[in-house]
Amino acid sequence: MTTRIDARFAELKQQGRSAFVTFVMAGDPDAKTSLDILKALPKAGADVIEIGMPFTDPMADGPSIQAAGLRALKGGMTLRKTLAMVRDFRKDDNATPIVLMGYYNPIYIYGVESFLADAKAAGVDGLIIVDLPPEEDTELCIPALKAGLNFIRLATPTTDDKRLPAVLANTSGFVYYVSITGITGAATADSNAVAEAVARIKRHTKLPVCVGFGIRTPETARAIAENANGAVVGTAIVDVVRANLDAEGRATPKTVSAVADLVSALAQGVRGAKQAAE
Amino acid sequence: MNQNLPNSFRSGPDERGHFGIFGGRFVAETLMPLILDLEKAYADAKADPAFQAEMNVYLKDYVGRPSPLYFAERLTEHLGGAKIYLKREELNHTGSHKVNNVLGQIMVARRMGKKRIIAETGAGQHGVATATLCARFGLECVVYMGAVDVERQQPNVIRMEMLGAKVVPVQSGARTLKDAMNDALRDWVTNVHNTFYCIGTVAGPHPYPMMVRDFQSIIGHETRNQMQEAEGRLPDSLIACIGGGSNAMGLFHPFLDDPSVEIFGVEAAGHGLTQLHAASLAGGRPGVLHGNRTYLLMDADGQIEEAHSISAGLDYPGIGPEHAWLHEAGRVKYLSATDEEALAAFQLLSRLEGIIPALESAHAIAKLSELAPQRPKDHLMVVNLSGRGDKDVPQVGDILKARQK
Repeated sequence: MTTRIDARFAELKQQGRSAFVTFVMAGDPDAKTSLDILKALPKAGADVIEIGMPFTDPMADGPSIQAAGLRALKGGMTLRKTLAMVRDFRKDDNATPIVLMGYYNPIYIYGVESFLADAKAAGVDGLIIVDLPPEEDTELCIPALKAGLNFIRLATPTTDDKRLPAVLANTSGFVYYVSITGITGAATADSNAVAEAVARIKRHTKLPVCVGFGIRTPETARAIAENANGAVVGTAIVDVVRANLDAEGRATPKTVSAVADLVSALAQGVRGAKQAAE
Repeated sequence: MNQNLPNSFRSGPDERGHFGIFGGRFVAETLMPLILDLEKAYADAKADPAFQAEMNVYLKDYVGRPSPLYFAERLTEHLGGAKIYLKREELNHTGSHKVNNVLGQIMVARRMGKKRIIAETGAGQHGVATATLCARFGLECVVYMGAVDVERQQPNVIRMEMLGAKVVPVQSGARTLKDAMNDALRDWVTNVHNTFYCIGTVAGPHPYPMMVRDFQSIIGHETRNQMQEAEGRLPDSLIACIGGGSNAMGLFHPFLDDPSVEIFGVEAAGHGLTQLHAASLAGGRPGVLHGNRTYLLMDADGQIEEAHSISAGLDYPGIGPEHAWLHEAGRVKYLSATDEEALAAFQLLSRLEGIIPALESAHAIAKLSELAPQRPKDHLMVVNLSGRGDKDVPQVGDILKARQK
């Protein structure tokens, strides 16, 4: 089966460039603004969109994304509304891949089978679930693959060669390499170490490898894009959302355009990369 | 509920860390290799007689074990029913049962060559025990504690700092135990190369629930022997309070396959089960948090709800996965006690026996007034007095003073 993710990476490969992957939190700061941001992303240069599913206890996220999730929950966001948002986005855009990223509990409570059916119907292409390692593949990964969704796994600096095959076994769409040991937004990715790690992963898989955690600027994005099939930016985008809210945490006329401006600048960085890694 | 009962209640978890559907390893990939290393290191330690021999020396001479099993004569007379024994875990060095587990984990950490120890703490009892053992073995110690708990458990914060630990007040979420655990996990993901996470209760990813239970089971093993000596037979019932449930699991586990022994766990009912509380079995349902599947307090969307208890050590929206399993299997009966009931029990034990219990343990004492009078005088009832109340004296004193006005 070919998903929008597979198609997009094939297309980018033909163009000889790496993907720019953006992360935004669903419902931050409210459902309407969040949908407007989502719609603005492809125009600003996002090739793949990750949408965070808000959760009260995001154990792998730093303060920025924690706060974004809490803003969304305060604004009444739920998993059901996140799927509705994807459905709305799909009315005008049937090409940009959408990956939902988050934690397992809201999905488990929604019900795995009904979640997968609803997500597929809404136009979701893949899932990244931080707290589901391969040891728990029977929970969601295998059912998701059966339902026709990509299950994108995180590989980290602690995933050694012995463990990589297990991590990659049921991975599809792309591999998400976490460039640092740590939480989102905490440190800056070191492009040399990343290049080495990406090469190591590529010895084990033909899937595209995207790199995230620790990319904030167009310069870092470009350096990473030169060594991987994609660069993921999350915290920096979420920080711009926060910086463009009013004192009560509500959206302002600048919120959407400020995000679009940052995404355009970062996309320039990625597109300026010399040669994408093969 | 009682279908497919196992041959033994003591054989879990399976090799993937499951107690029935509960438990498991729901953690970020960064931590997974370390969790597997820990599983192996613990299995090696468990099989090494030298490890147990070394533990035994520290348990005896440093912790002060065995802890006494004490016949509470005046409490028994007052309640007019079952003969009540208190398992005196509050007499351990550092003032609670927590030290049993911390000693074990620190010794595993040393075998793994880890030099930096992190821990989460609610009431501060686990934090104090961790700070203590880190001082003893010359290890760096960082304790995450919710900012609300830092306020209400000041004596323990001061103790930890005196012992050389760094206490980090956690400002996220409800700023209590759940959030302290989130931040400890974030630290661990960041410093995975040199850091050992010393979890304070029978929760978290496998192998923690099993390992912590094993280290705490000394409570139940001693109780068996001591009751045999005192009365020539097994106790008839056991009672312990439950936040995550480590003192309870430690007392219960050696008795799970003795059908004559009734077992009661007491959750914190806070303001009452229809209001803010921390009773995850009574008011929650199965979900996934902090590395395991277990009963959790949450809303319809799967968002975790804030727990409430007067006792910082019970103020957690989850419970150890083995308790969730024992609850569904029907082997252990889970009750709950409110803040008010715990406060009354705190004062009752202080006045009748000259023992000031921790507010956590007072939840177990509170249920005695329901359970003991209904039972005959030859019924042997053991209550786990998991901690002493020194840390709660300022808080309870303020509450009682405010009421006099």
